[in-house]
Amino acid sequence: MEIKRRDFLKGVAGGAALALARPTLALAREKTRLPDAVGILYDATLCIGCKTCMVGCRKANDLTPEMQGVQNLWDNPIDLSAGTLNIIKKYENGTGQDKDREIDGYSFVKRHCMHCVDPACVSACPATAMTKDKKTGIVSYDKDACIGCRYCQVACPFNIPKFEWDNPFPKIVKCQLCNHLVEKGELPGCCSSCPTGASLFGSFTGLLGEAKRRKNMAPGKYYDFPLSSLESGRTQYKPAADYTPALYGENEVGGTQVLMLSGVPFGRLGLPDLPSESYVALSENIQHTLYQGMILPIVALGGLIFLVKKRGDKGE
Amino acid sequence: MKEEQPLGGKILTPTFLFCLFLFLISLLFIGKRFIYGLGAVTHMSDGYPWGIWIAFDVVVGTAFGCGGYALALLIYVFNKGEYHPLLRPALMTSLLGYSLAGVAVVIDVGRYWQLYNIFLPWYINPSSVLLEVALCVGAYVFVLWVEFSPTFLTKLGADKARDGLKKIMFIFIALGILLPTMHQSSLGTVMVVAGSKLSPLWWTGLLPLLFLISCIFMGWGIVVFESCVSAQRYTLPDETHLLGKLSAVMAWLIAAYLIVRFADVVIRGHLNLAFKGDLLGNMFLLENLLLLVPMCILFVPANRQKAPLLFLSAVSIVLAATLYRFNCYIIGFNPGDGWRYFPAFGEIFISIGIVAIEIMAFLWFIKRLPVYRRA
Repeated sequence: MEIKRRDFLKGVAGGAALALARPTLALAREKTRLPDAVGILYDATLCIGCKTCMVGCRKANDLTPEMQGVQNLWDNPIDLSAGTLNIIKKYENGTGQDKDREIDGYSFVKRHCMHCVDPACVSACPATAMTKDKKTGIVSYDKDACIGCRYCQVACPFNIPKFEWDNPFPKIVKCQLCNHLVEKGELPGCCSSCPTGASLFGSFTGLLGEAKRRKNMAPGKYYDFPLSSLESGRTQYKPAADYTPALYGENEVGGTQVLMLSGVPFGRLGLPDLPSESYVALSENIQHTLYQGMILPIVALGGLIFLVKKRGDKGE
Repeated sequence: MKEEQPLGGKILTPTFLFCLFLFLISLLFIGKRFIYGLGAVTHMSDGYPWGIWIAFDVVVGTAFGCGGYALALLIYVFNKGEYHPLLRPALMTSLLGYSLAGVAVVIDVGRYWQLYNIFLPWYINPSSVLLEVALCVGAYVFVLWVEFSPTFLTKLGADKARDGLKKIMFIFIALGILLPTMHQSSLGTVMVVAGSKLSPLWWTGLLPLLFLISCIFMGWGIVVFESCVSAQRYTLPDETHLLGKLSAVMAWLIAAYLIVRFADVVIRGHLNLAFKGDLLGNMFLLENLLLLVPMCILFVPANRQKAPLLFLSAVSIVLAATLYRFNCYIIGFNPGDGWRYFPAFGEIFISIGIVAIEIMAFLWFIKRLPVYRRA
């Protein structure tokens, strides 16, 4: 009997050792960028804060304005919500004189779904309501699958999925990169409406190249900046800003298909400081280590049935 | 061997009626939730999508229900058959805790009419930690009802069915040990993906291990608590000698837990956060102090034979494990962007209502079903 118990304890210790060894296992599962992925490059230095993209988003997704003010005439959402999938916010510091400067300056920032390479919401959802398109990499939501558990909201490092709290039959709502338009070869509402090219649609590889080109520009010198999409052929000729070295979305939580450039550090713009490895990798590795093919649970059940049967026969 | 018997007595006691009253009030809030949506009765938000219904009713509630698991583990895996008299009451508490966690989930999920999607093979996502928890908890609720059903069958006089069931009961007992091991650890894994949103004092890849160990001593705490209260209230045989022996095991288990807990925080380099004097740091210290004290008490053999000390230790351990789970799911969780959460009145009341049904069911069960062994 004593020996048996020791064996069991050894098993427990082995399990603990396995748990400790997990960080190395995390490397085994690597999500790579899809070759045909599409995305958005948001360049805060080009953004003038006109919020036309928000109107474009409403039109493209049939969303009613969130009216505010005494006369209820002003569409002015204060943050992303189940009624607002895309928002422009402003950072201001000190005297707020110069655009794209951290001290005594200001900058705009656009927030919507980042369309992660390894999306936490997709991994978290128990009912496969969140899916990542195998070709475009767009992360979209299916209300017919959703049970409304809101684990996607807990999991998302960017707080993107929103829930209809005041609806007795609620849905999750999020930016789906206007996949209904992209499918038809059209542009997402925010990009087609943006007058300055701050929101630029394109293939991810194209956008990454464009972002790197901009980072190498000499501040103050004039360059061509494409409008709406990389392939629109329309450009704007204007001086380059002084970019911060970071390219947000290139590596955050395993990379995202939305990239951001700015003159102000991203932490100041309210974007979370995230590691380059996704938390999904660790979570799924724990899960897959323990439950792959249900082998471990089945073996454990066999052992338990044996033990219980033996004890039961003796005990009762 | 003594058989379990119903305790008998009046059902409609003042305690029962008070619980009924609380439950009826909570029904009003439940109605409001289903008519106007979750926002009408709760303070949950897009920043804090999970409130006390998940943290308390499900995550803590199922840990309250781990008494049956903790005992079955000892009796069958560690061959401690002498604990058998404690098993049936513990099983009942587990049954109630888990069943009502299921009720809480139905109230909590937004699209409850589609909840069955998690059982449809074409909808399930095998990578989802929450799917594992949901299926496993669902299966365990079923197993608990089967394990507990001999009491109903005895009451109904279906002795044949009961004896038949007893022959295959070993399968359910084995499942009853396996399933909590799976989902209690997964309840920890659930928060791994929250990553940067959970304070480093709680976020670790070891969450599943810590949740698993803590549910066992939580289960023990509940068994002791329940045994002491029932013995006092219904003059049942004193089980201090049994509980005392168990307590030695728990002291060692808590020691192992605390070593893992602190080693993990130290190795990840976040121990300084514990002594910052802010809410999170203090919660971390409190949560572990509530374990350290009973551990020291229970390591002294003489203390293990004193019912009041056992009782106090159990209460402290239950509080510690409760706080740990609250910290992991709400207090240590910060989505940023200035989001705040404190439960709304109606939200709290629905949780109270659920606890009230639990107490009412408990009282009915012990008085009408053979749960306890009489002196």
